[in-house]
Amino acid sequence: MTVTEHQQSTYIAGQAADARIRFELETEGMTLNLGPQHPATHGTLRIVVRLDGEQVVWADPVCGYMHRGYEKLVEVRKYQQITTLVNRIDWLGHFANEVPFILAVEDLYGVEAPPRAQWIRTIFFEMARIANLGLFLGDMGVQLGALTPVFFAFRDREHVLNLMESATGGRFHPNFDRVGGLKEDLPKGWVDECRTVMKRQRDFCDEMEELLVGNEIFQKRTRGIGVIPRQIGLDYGLSGANIRASGVDWDLRRDSPSPLAWKEVDWKVWTHPDGDAFARYWVRLQEVREATKIVDQLLDGLPSGPIMAKMPARLRVPRGEAWVSTENPLGEMGYYVVSDGGPGGPFRCKIRTPSFNNIHIVPWLLKGVYVPDIITILASLYFILGDIDR
Amino acid sequence: MIAALVAVDVTTYGWVTALKVGVVLALIPAGALILGYVFLMKMMSHMQSRLGPMEAGPHGVLQLVFDGIKFLQKEDIFPDRSDRRVFALAPLVVMLSTFLLYIVIPAGPRLVVEDLDTGIFFALAVSSLSVIGILMAGWSSANKFSLMGGLRAAGQLIAYELPLVLAVVGVVIQAGTLSLQGIVGAQAAFDMSFFGLFTIPSIGYFIPQFFGFIIFMIAVQAELTQTPFDMPVAESELVAGFMTEYTGFRFLFFFMGEFGTAFAFGALASTLFLGGWYIPFGFHDGLLGDLQGVIVLFTKIMIVSFFVFWVRFTYPRFREDQLQTFAWKWLIPLSLLNILATAVFKVVF
Amino acid sequence: MPAKPQVPGLLKGLGVTFRTMMRPAVTVQYPHVKETPAPRARGVIALKEENCTVCMLCARECPDWCIYIEGHNDLAPPRREGGKPRRSPKLDRFDIDFSLCMYCGICVEVCPFDALFWSPEFEYSEMDIGDLLHEKRRLGEWMTTVPEPPALEAGAEVKKGKK
Repeated sequence: MTVTEHQQSTYIAGQAADARIRFELETEGMTLNLGPQHPATHGTLRIVVRLDGEQVVWADPVCGYMHRGYEKLVEVRKYQQITTLVNRIDWLGHFANEVPFILAVEDLYGVEAPPRAQWIRTIFFEMARIANLGLFLGDMGVQLGALTPVFFAFRDREHVLNLMESATGGRFHPNFDRVGGLKEDLPKGWVDECRTVMKRQRDFCDEMEELLVGNEIFQKRTRGIGVIPRQIGLDYGLSGANIRASGVDWDLRRDSPSPLAWKEVDWKVWTHPDGDAFARYWVRLQEVREATKIVDQLLDGLPSGPIMAKMPARLRVPRGEAWVSTENPLGEMGYYVVSDGGPGGPFRCKIRTPSFNNIHIVPWLLKGVYVPDIITILASLYFILGDIDR
Repeated sequence: MIAALVAVDVTTYGWVTALKVGVVLALIPAGALILGYVFLMKMMSHMQSRLGPMEAGPHGVLQLVFDGIKFLQKEDIFPDRSDRRVFALAPLVVMLSTFLLYIVIPAGPRLVVEDLDTGIFFALAVSSLSVIGILMAGWSSANKFSLMGGLRAAGQLIAYELPLVLAVVGVVIQAGTLSLQGIVGAQAAFDMSFFGLFTIPSIGYFIPQFFGFIIFMIAVQAELTQTPFDMPVAESELVAGFMTEYTGFRFLFFFMGEFGTAFAFGALASTLFLGGWYIPFGFHDGLLGDLQGVIVLFTKIMIVSFFVFWVRFTYPRFREDQLQTFAWKWLIPLSLLNILATAVFKVVF
Repeated sequence: MPAKPQVPGLLKGLGVTFRTMMRPAVTVQYPHVKETPAPRARGVIALKEENCTVCMLCARECPDWCIYIEGHNDLAPPRREGGKPRRSPKLDRFDIDFSLCMYCGICVEVCPFDALFWSPEFEYSEMDIGDLLHEKRRLGEWMTTVPEPPALEAGAEVKKGKK
């Protein structure tokens, strides 16, 4: 159905009238644009806030400044090429973006990767979690004013990235997952190095705990700020550490069936009853520690065998649809892959990203808070712009 | 002509004043550069597990000098809707307050620009001139973020003036004089005896005035708008607070003002609490005494600044209302208690 | 109502920064000191011209379409007497535009004849973006920097004849 010119201009006039009324009715206060270029937002996010003194009256996030058209891009590419692109959605948790997509395609095609590949996939997935959340631990410090923790976060993240480079060739974008397994096996000495790096990450977590969590100023800035009640969080579709910090015991690694190796190891889901910014920081800190324990256990029990199932040279996925979601570092990430049986890539691929849903709670959450707390809340929700805008 | 210059009596008031003004004008950027390099560039870098500037000069000592030259050659930009005159004057007001602070600080037995009888009172009074400068900067920038930074600064700086002043009152009571040379002299003559067991000669007031010292340092941290009290320049929120719209040499003035004031407050803290330019052992007279005084004072300034910057790089920042609560509900009552205790002890002992 | 700040938490934080200050810095002064990347690092793509049969698979699979290939077929003498002349493909032009390349490695992976290799070299930045188009000769020069593939970890399946 085409939209006529008349309909278009009426729509635009209506929007303008709405905007004018909103502006005219509120005679006091200041409209501030935490613009696309701002040190506090993790990328090009724009939040229009209306302030009364230092308190927020309403807040409106405007996203889309980083929209790259992923869902359209994948329609014209083949499966192996899509793995390359999809790395760049949540650029800090690199490998974790590829996994749900590959699992969905394996589901459609009807192949299962050998156990060694599944275990190594899980190891890389947890390393992506450590890399991503490790940066968060430092980043929250910077948003609050502590300049040093973020340098420690980058320094200790380097070790994880170097491990990824020695195994996959790429630090930020491994592009390692293939339909049916992984691209190649690990190089010699990787397991021992990984164990050393995991120990380093645990020391880093202890350092962050001393530097930030125990710090009274940090606690005063984050306790009781940005409380998300349990039901509101569930209604808005929050996922990941955000909802676990509000007391909801839900983790897709444990609760949904997945061919990856989480069921083979002994680990714990961390929750916190408070639901404030401090709780979200604390839950993520514990998750990093837990991830290092998971990786250690996986390294101990790594099965031997082939790294790739028997796959033809040209992949032709039969007609069908599949939905797979996993517990990514930022939350629940899912791919809905629709194949029409043709020789190329998927017919349509819908990408459900966690940050896009997480950010919808921002208008509700920011009502009545002070300006510094805006930054604290945005930092504690932890979204990545590539994840919101795709 | 050289004969004419030599024939001029160097001890005339005009020449001496010009010399003093010249020394202070040279001292402000020098002090700012030294503090900036040692603490901001090198200490901060090592605390963050990195090296800091290494290329400009050996270990990057010339980095700030080249930064200064870079700032000087930048375009002088005025925002479109800004108030040009106020915008241009604001950095000068801040520098003025810094400059006036250096007048009363003694660096040796004879090295002081003007030993006013109301030394410390004058110093604290002129240090609050910078508030006006910051407000002018925030308002005239025609930028909402700058305005917020300026307003926050006004609230914070005025609130922390009080603990600053009250902490000093304890020292003044104990020394018996407001003049800074007099306070140094009183500390030099102050021998602390522990119940007649042993005596520590003239170590300064920081043991008897320990709480005053702590309160003074916290208030200094707030006056310099350093983390944890750096709401006015909250980098990750307001970009650069009230300084956002300033570029080129005007920004350089703010920067030099900030670090020059840090140097001056370090000197004040050393003079009031650590004994100033005096050390109890091996102090000479005359020119050697002056030189010794300068070196001793410089060392004490470095020690005090170390703590100031150490705290700056470690802690996150307070929110504005928490900051104010801390000042009004905790620091001011504590400093009043300190005055009371000092007065009682002074009368009793 | 904010509680009175407890000193231990604040002091421990100071201890962490002090300790870090005392340890040596972790940064590497790049132009004077260079770190070597891992052997599998994706630095630049090298071309072994003898193996290339101008099958165009790499150019087709590249997600960015940054490989430009031109070739022609020469006629070689027949294998037996009286047979048809054989076609022998010759590579005329093989350019990779590194300003477009996203270092995904699909071209290296799909090449059936092992003509493309990864090399960990990364210091080839140019002042002119046009110079980032590496032609056949330059891609051949990168072959000297291609390392041996590293030995695999224990438990990996050893495939016969794997490259």
